Amino acid sequence: MRLSPRRRRRIAQAVGYLVFALVIAVVVAAADWGRLSEAFFRLDIARGMFPGAITVALRNTIVYTLLAFVFGLTLGLILALMRLSSIPPYRWFATAYIELFRGLPALLVLFMVGYGVPLAFPDREIPGGVYGSVTVGLGLTAAAYMAETIRAGIQAVPKGQLEAARTLGMSHTRAMISIVLPQAFRIVIPPLTNEIILLTKDTSLVYVLGVTATTIELTKFAGDTLNTRVNPTPLVVAGLLYLLITLPMSQLVRGLERRAGRER
Amino acid sequence: MSTIEIEGLHKSFGALEVLRGIDLAVEPGEVVCVIGPSGSGKSTLLRCVNLLEQPTAGTIRVAGVEVTDPDCDIDAVRRGIGMVFQQFNLFGHLTVRENVTIAQRRVLKRGRAEADRITAENLRRVGLAEKAAAYPAQLSGGQQQRAAIARSLAMSPRLMLFDEPTSALDPELVGEVLAVMRALAGEGMTMLVVTHEMAFAREVANRVVFMDAGVIVEQGPPAEVFGRPREERTREFLHRVLEPTRVRPAD
Repeated sequence: MRLSPRRRRRIAQAVGYLVFALVIAVVVAAADWGRLSEAFFRLDIARGMFPGAITVALRNTIVYTLLAFVFGLTLGLILALMRLSSIPPYRWFATAYIELFRGLPALLVLFMVGYGVPLAFPDREIPGGVYGSVTVGLGLTAAAYMAETIRAGIQAVPKGQLEAARTLGMSHTRAMISIVLPQAFRIVIPPLTNEIILLTKDTSLVYVLGVTATTIELTKFAGDTLNTRVNPTPLVVAGLLYLLITLPMSQLVRGLERRAGRER
Repeated sequence: MSTIEIEGLHKSFGALEVLRGIDLAVEPGEVVCVIGPSGSGKSTLLRCVNLLEQPTAGTIRVAGVEVTDPDCDIDAVRRGIGMVFQQFNLFGHLTVRENVTIAQRRVLKRGRAEADRITAENLRRVGLAEKAAAYPAQLSGGQQQRAAIARSLAMSPRLMLFDEPTSALDPELVGEVLAVMRALAGEGMTMLVVTHEMAFAREVANRVVFMDAGVIVEQGPPAEVFGRPREERTREFLHRVLEPTRVRPAD
């Protein structure tokens, strides 16, 4: 018997749904739900984490993210301008920096800043204690990524914009500040927002610097509670709190990209 | 003193010699149209006048100031030279009003009230007073080009350079831009115009310059260049441009 193409398509689709439903059913049947909820969803343990989880851990996660982002963005902008400079040593330095810090694990850089710098410069210290070290430690890596993003943004601004500004008598610097950079930043807002999301997750590395009760962030906070209560529920709570930061930002990136797509 | 004096101008891009010895003077109040086939070096010549392209050899003086002198303050000279581009090059992140105002404020250091007044004046002049709050992307090509002309005029230039100002426009929008340029010529503005609009060159120009392969082949009043071209290359070009339906494949 020959099937019409339409019937064949319907049958293939039905099989697809059926396989999916079967897999779900098997997983649900096989799981020990009592054990699972005992391990991951103990409401009493979750409740015990508040308000500290928000007032200290979540707050510090956000503060670390913002500090590293501002540091990284500033340094990234300088590096991007150096990469586009007409003076070759600037270009060499920026290229070397970007290649170096993109190739190193963020954790290694954080160790370097937290332990290497104090040993190398015993009489100096990075101002701001842990906050300062985190800012520099995570910001150095973020700057390398953001420099490349910003450079691409600057190069995406049509050359005619700079020419028009120069013919009006603006200096190169003035034209960059008033005309090129504002348009470049509009272009790079979506990728930079992605960079904040990555930074948010990288703040989980901060524990290696030895944080205290007041400088603790989400992952360390959850880890400590896991150790004292011998139950992984805190990990679920921390995960949900991370999503509380990152999901709205992903949503924001999608919105910005849609808007940018319309303007083109 | 001539507004533009060009002597022995050469320009190469790598091995490609685009300008091969140009001598040209433009007098105050004169409208000079440069015509010629694409690749003849017209736009490069125009872009050398305000040093958007650095000449390989030769001297260029604008209002007596030698712009090819390495010690020349080119930003200061450019303030007095308006330039209109084929692609308009309006600043996309600024409204029409801000486009016209920004260089007045940042370069000429005019006060806000004075700059706003001059902006309004020039937007009226190009017929865009009601579009002051719009962004470039919301305008038609013709409106964008008129806004770009207003942006240049607001700097009170002594000379306007036009680089194929209507070549990127839909045919029905060409007229409104040419009308603004014609009015400008009528007010006595010194203009150097690279164009494919032969009717405009014929009616508005004081002098037409025909370029081919990096040199000026001939120049003169439009009636002569269009009516009685002396050079064979000019005749052939005008035939192709003015009577495109009569060109045979062998030509």
